[in-house]
Amino acid sequence: MSGVSTTLEPGMKGIAQDWSSDKDAFKNVSWGKSMMWIFLLSDTFIFSCFLIAYMTVRWSSPVPWPPTSEVFALTLFGHHIPLILIAIMTFVLITSSGTMALAVNYGYRGNKKVAGILMLITAFFGLMFVGMQAFEWSKLILEEGVRPWGNPMGAPQFGAVFFMVTGFHGFHVSIGVLYLTIVAIKVMKGHYEERGYGIVEIAGLYWHFVDLVWVFIFAFFYLW
Amino acid sequence: MSSTTAKGQQHPLGIYFKIWLLLFVLSFFSYMVDYMQFQGWLRWSLVLMFMFLKAGFIIAIFMHMAWERLALVTAILVPPMCLLVFIGIMGYESDYTWVSRMFHFLGGVIPDRPEMPAH
Repeated sequence: MSGVSTTLEPGMKGIAQDWSSDKDAFKNVSWGKSMMWIFLLSDTFIFSCFLIAYMTVRWSSPVPWPPTSEVFALTLFGHHIPLILIAIMTFVLITSSGTMALAVNYGYRGNKKVAGILMLITAFFGLMFVGMQAFEWSKLILEEGVRPWGNPMGAPQFGAVFFMVTGFHGFHVSIGVLYLTIVAIKVMKGHYEERGYGIVEIAGLYWHFVDLVWVFIFAFFYLW
Repeated sequence: MSSTTAKGQQHPLGIYFKIWLLLFVLSFFSYMVDYMQFQGWLRWSLVLMFMFLKAGFIIAIFMHMAWERLALVTAILVPPMCLLVFIGIMGYESDYTWVSRMFHFLGGVIPDRPEMPAH
């Protein structure tokens, strides 16, 4: 750390002190972590634009919106259960968020084996999520006849919104799986022994963000 | 403020397990809102409440925002507030579009919109 070691002020005074200080505004935060946060902030705006566009087309549609609860229902073991696949996907993603949080913790303890394994488990749950999404997409496209320009159940914008929003989220999950796998392997190989395990927390921020976006998609797209 | 040093965020494991469990419970509740077929304002207030609770716990605990310095917290969490203005603008815009469509394309009969939560 640089220069005279002054203690960091908490609260509003701390904001003024941090922003008016030399070199870095975000104290105790590595540049990689700041950059990940700023990237996530920009991603927040992208996803928000999709969701606001969805709100706009849904509110302005004179044709009723397809009943999502029924559209995403499945018959399991002879029971017709509404929205069940989405519920399972939600639980899978939360499970992966939990294993990721543990990975960050074990990373900072310097336990690279456990941290790496927990990250691989997280990536596996992500893969499971994408798999179920692929199943959901094929069911909607092949069996229900949903297209980006129309569908047999109601407002034609439904398909466009569905493919765009869940597709962009699924793309994030897929990239996350790749990212976590690469970092996990590097962690286990000991590539971060010198630089420390902040990288696990940075990868974790991305993964938790993907889970966070799903919370909003689940509420606004599936439960509305 | 527990152990937040330049080395990173280290907290006892217990808090992660508690939040993990809480997220499961909240997700189960929000699924139940649909399963029990709650409608109208009850549905909306419950869905939004569970959503904000889940989002809040993920950001605060899993993403460690609760332990970050205010400079970072405000730099990340304040800018998205302008989205509220955007939501408001597009809400008005979509209402206008809907009324126009009803008036010009569908014979000027404006029925109730039962699925609308606001307006």
